[in-house]
Amino acid sequence: MSTTAAPETQPTPSPPSREPSGGRFGFMQRFGAGELGSLQVIVALIVIWTVFTIANDRFLTATNLVNLSLQIAGIGLISVGVVMVLLLGEIDLSVGIVSGLCAAVMAVLNVQHGWDPYLAIAAGLAVGAAIGIFQGTVVVAFGIPSFVVTLAGLIGWQGALLWVLGDTGTVNLTDPKIIGLAGTFYGGTTAWIMGAVVVGLFALACLNARRRRLKAGVPAATPLVVALRVAGVALVTAVVIAVLTDDRGVPLAILILIGAVVLFDYIVRRTRFGRHVLAVGGNEEAARRAGIHVRRVRVAVFMVAGTMAACGGIVLASRLLAVNQGSGGSDLLLLAIAGPVIAGTSLFGGRGTVWSALLGALVIGSISNGMDLLAFPSSTKNMVTGAVLLAAVIVDATARKRRRQSGRV
Amino acid sequence: MTATETATTTPLLELRGVSKSFGAVQALSGVDFDIHAGEVVGLVGDNGAGKSTLVKVMSGIHLPDAGHYLFEGRERKVSGPNDPYAFGVATVYQDLALCDNLDVVANLFIGREEISRGPAALIRELDEPEMEKQAGELLRTFSINIPSLRAEVGTMSGGQRQSIAIARSLVGDARVVLLDEPTAALGVAQTAQVLALVRRLREQGLGVVVISHNLADVFEVCDRIYVMRLGRKAGVYQAADSTPEEIVGAITGGRGTVRTQAAAAAAQAGDDGEEATR
Repeated sequence: MSTTAAPETQPTPSPPSREPSGGRFGFMQRFGAGELGSLQVIVALIVIWTVFTIANDRFLTATNLVNLSLQIAGIGLISVGVVMVLLLGEIDLSVGIVSGLCAAVMAVLNVQHGWDPYLAIAAGLAVGAAIGIFQGTVVVAFGIPSFVVTLAGLIGWQGALLWVLGDTGTVNLTDPKIIGLAGTFYGGTTAWIMGAVVVGLFALACLNARRRRLKAGVPAATPLVVALRVAGVALVTAVVIAVLTDDRGVPLAILILIGAVVLFDYIVRRTRFGRHVLAVGGNEEAARRAGIHVRRVRVAVFMVAGTMAACGGIVLASRLLAVNQGSGGSDLLLLAIAGPVIAGTSLFGGRGTVWSALLGALVIGSISNGMDLLAFPSSTKNMVTGAVLLAAVIVDATARKRRRQSGRV
Repeated sequence: MTATETATTTPLLELRGVSKSFGAVQALSGVDFDIHAGEVVGLVGDNGAGKSTLVKVMSGIHLPDAGHYLFEGRERKVSGPNDPYAFGVATVYQDLALCDNLDVVANLFIGREEISRGPAALIRELDEPEMEKQAGELLRTFSINIPSLRAEVGTMSGGQRQSIAIARSLVGDARVVLLDEPTAALGVAQTAQVLALVRRLREQGLGVVVISHNLADVFEVCDRIYVMRLGRKAGVYQAADSTPEEIVGAITGGRGTVRTQAAAAAAQAGDDGEEATR
């Protein structure tokens, strides 16, 4: 599932510095300190999958893996927005309930007012964006911690959700286009063609990056490395498609999630906006002195969080076939934040990747799914998920402390 | 650069009769200052003597109540930090203002990233190859040694971080670089590394203003030394023709004649420091 593109740059060889660099940990030390992020969580995922496969032979079946991918799509989409906020060093506690509210807006407009499904979805996303802009503006205008502003949002938007749903409290979704978000599967040839296109695009991107780097005269990946990378992505894609098409096919919902992850990963790593988000998250004062419009970046990121929450809420509603008073509630918020943190995105800002939204959702989804198969009660599920989150946060804090001790904040 | 040369060429940056007060406090009164291309000027003084205020006037953070700001001989209107930066005066703050989570290239270009050409420019895609190329050239020009252009700045030593902070000020074609306490909190070897970089800036024809408490460092690298005292210029010394005792005297107001115990002790400390670095 991990098609994480490794950074395209090779370390520039340079004469060894005469002084101790102070930060050269061995591989194992860095691994233990949680500085290898994605790799660590993939190992954790393999362990989790192995345990559940041993415990229940239905876990690693095509049917269950299709189910798992459907289960993580909605929460993963919400987590994409959460990652952006975490990179900024902020938090958004309202994403859970905003996902419910936006799904409710979409459902009411489509079902009760007869709006076109695409218009209704667009309206739901727009409400998410507007809420994000509002909360972000309050945060920067009054200098209130985002924790508090979005906590107020958590309560307030809950009220708005009840108000939008009205007396009945439940709106059932029937529109085939909306239901299709979580109910569409691409099997057979279609899936393989899509996979080939994805791998082809990835290969083109790698070659283009290499061409540009060579043109600029900076170290570029060797053809062998490019080939290995493309082969790796092709292999992962092929395995995923082979497994999923063995059952119902590749769900549209997981394609939306992967698409969002790829898009925002590109934005964070390859665009000026993303660079500014990381800069503000790393050192706000430095960003301000460098002329970055810190407030504008903040508001934009909260807008992204609201929009992605809406996106996730709509996919969740599509899967549930309804929006009700419990939509966006329960432990959705906490799991949407826990996922990226488990997968290595720091709560302290500036460090992490968008892929942690997908990987974290996979970890949490796998634990939940596996325990359901074993018929564990919710009590056990919650306690185990809590323990995993705690472990991940401790790893994050330890890594931060080690950086401090070695003179790097 | 000799004193006569200094006198005949047009200063890169010149302040004339600059005054600045904060409420009842007269932080600067009628201060003149000039720096030439290829010159390192030290700015020393006790706490509250006005050296920070003077530098902030140069960098445009403080707007003087009175006085003239000239750059390359022309009077310039300065209404904020962006103006001096635009015509070529860059400041490196004591706290460096680096993003530890970003790599060297990202830090060098923070806030003025190169954008790809073509359709990708619409979404402000970063031109990483171009930035990496420029970063490599810049670091080579000034012989700045770092393990890798793509290493996180947070993993680096204090001397390397200071060098990167100075290099960053050079990305935008700076002619004058203001260094606020560049060697504070650095060890002996790292201090030497940064002072060597300051000399290379001079060789490249830049003007460098060094604010420092450490007279040993000032004497090691500076051509001229401005001494500030109680918001006024207490004297300008050619480093080659003066002694730490004279400077300490000027800083404390003793002017080398009435040497207080404190001044003597400070001078002694300065000497010790100087020996340590050699």
